[in-house]
Amino acid sequence: MEKKKSKHEFRGNTLPALVTVGPVTLLLLGLVLAPLIFVLVMSFCSTDEFYNVVYRFTAENYSKLVSPDYMKIYGQSLLIAFLTTVVCILLGYPFSYIIARTKNKKKKLLYMLVIIPFWTNSLIRIYGWRTFLGNSGWLNSLLLKLQIVSEPVDFLYKTGTTVLGMVYCLIPFMILPLYTAIEKLDGSLLEASGDLGARPIRTLFEIIIPLTSSGIFSGSIMVFIPCLGYFFVSNILGGGNTDMIGNLIERQFKSANNWPLGAALSIILILVTLILVKAYQKAGGDMDSLGL
Amino acid sequence: MGKIVEIEGVNKIYGSNHVVRNLDITVDEGEFLTLLGSSGCGKTTTLRMIAGFEEPTTGTIKVEGEPIEEKEPFERNVNTVFQSYALFPHKTIFDNIAYGLKMKKVPKTEIKERVLEMMEMVQLSGFEHRYPSQLSGGQKQRVAIARALINRPRVLLLDEPLGALDLKLRKQMQLELKRLQKKLNITFIYVTHDQEEALTMSDRIAVMHDGVIDQLATPTDIYEHPATRFVATFIGETNIYDGCVTSISDGVATVTLENGAVKVGCDDSFSILEYATVSVRPEKMRFSKTPIEGFELVAVVKDYIYVGSVLKCIVSLPNGNELKIERLAGQELPKIGSKIYPYWNPEDAVLIHNDSYKIFKALDEIRLA
Repeated sequence: MEKKKSKHEFRGNTLPALVTVGPVTLLLLGLVLAPLIFVLVMSFCSTDEFYNVVYRFTAENYSKLVSPDYMKIYGQSLLIAFLTTVVCILLGYPFSYIIARTKNKKKKLLYMLVIIPFWTNSLIRIYGWRTFLGNSGWLNSLLLKLQIVSEPVDFLYKTGTTVLGMVYCLIPFMILPLYTAIEKLDGSLLEASGDLGARPIRTLFEIIIPLTSSGIFSGSIMVFIPCLGYFFVSNILGGGNTDMIGNLIERQFKSANNWPLGAALSIILILVTLILVKAYQKAGGDMDSLGL
Repeated sequence: MGKIVEIEGVNKIYGSNHVVRNLDITVDEGEFLTLLGSSGCGKTTTLRMIAGFEEPTTGTIKVEGEPIEEKEPFERNVNTVFQSYALFPHKTIFDNIAYGLKMKKVPKTEIKERVLEMMEMVQLSGFEHRYPSQLSGGQKQRVAIARALINRPRVLLLDEPLGALDLKLRKQMQLELKRLQKKLNITFIYVTHDQEEALTMSDRIAVMHDGVIDQLATPTDIYEHPATRFVATFIGETNIYDGCVTSISDGVATVTLENGAVKVGCDDSFSILEYATVSVRPEKMRFSKTPIEGFELVAVVKDYIYVGSVLKCIVSLPNGNELKIERLAGQELPKIGSKIYPYWNPEDAVLIHNDSYKIFKALDEIRLA
């Protein structure tokens, strides 16, 4: 099909740029850029003895960020985000493959299973997990009743618990790009691979995974980055044992009331994100599939 | 020559769709067999069943004497050239061609040697490090063929491999494929809807129609002695008319058509008062300015169409039907609007059993009972 060039259709009827893209630009400037600049400025501000923000330049906030205590939390953040991403790939890949390869009604049903949890607030769902896993929760009650264990198992407040919650919240962001990538995969390539003597497992590693790596890639970015900031998951399921950068930021703004330090931490998180996205782009990743 | 592929009583049913019906084909070693038919006739399904991508609903397919369902696709001596080429886009041409050998764990030095040799054979030397997206359609086609042939299969299955190429390239590739097939002495089973391609390349052609093989014979036989009305019309151009056999003597039947009686050579399988179809190729048609004995057709010259080497003469019969008559360009021709008497050498025409005859006969029997 030939596409008509819109250029001709609108000739002599063009609106001034100010009217068309102006409002959107204003919106973006006011709601995205201005706050970001404010955060940047704030990160270089000082505080008085009552932790009120004083607009006096200092780089002290940044120098605090390299203390060993903070370093440990960065490491923990990266570890949890990494584990979450790996688990999301391992669980999400087969599931996406199944959705992409089933047909019609069943496919819609499976797709809905991924989407439906979005309809409930994630905070509430994470509280649900705490109720489920708690010492007097459903799982422990069941295990006790079946006499598999003699006293409640401590499921909560462990790294694994936080990873579980993160995976639970973020796996749709892995499944959707993976599904798109696998859907695009030409079935005849798989037949050709088998025809040429490859066993299914070889076809998986030689053909399927390399050709869907863009999906794995964008899925990983979309899981890893939000994971660093989902402080509520770590708050509720980690109980302070699994603090992440997100928790630090939250604490500076709320309980510690040290806004400049919180702002500096935010800037660090933004930088980490930018570096990751840039690396993704460098490696040939498609920005569109990130929805950016 | 031994049998290499044996298809026995194969049916394929998808839901309520009977795609392949009671198929029986035996393919000889080293043969070039074409499955020819229009889209939806079941030819690709048949090929996919031989490749092992689909399972027959009933019946068996044996390759080298062994039923294929006992082996997975990757264990068979059969390779496929796909319609869309199905080249691996993330691998270089070298790696694409080497894929089969790599899967068989052939030593690296041998892989390199064989791949380069194969690339030379399909005239792709120097393209090792390119990717499929950097090749033209014809080059991709060669890679697809090389990738399959390097495994030295006993049988190569080709699913409309030249469908995406332009006419000139297609003709060139037809000859190249035929040359490769003779050189390597591999059995080719080739699927196409292009009757000219089938006639050019095949040792034998199976003409498929609605999931059934209408005729399985050599190209000459298919063209000169079509077994069914469908085969006659599908392969080449023809003048085709239904009529009733009114008399038979010395292997020549007189068939009465709507426009009068004609003479057609026939065999013993025809009987008097049978409904039958007459097929005469345009190049076998003749005409005269005076009536010819045994032929009662009278026609009026309607138009001439010049197609280079020959001139097509369109004449119309009293009932409005048209006949095509081919003449070498340059011959003297009657004027448009003049009256002529079409005829032919009875041996040059073909008499075909009319399927509807059986229905009429059955109806007659019911009526008589």
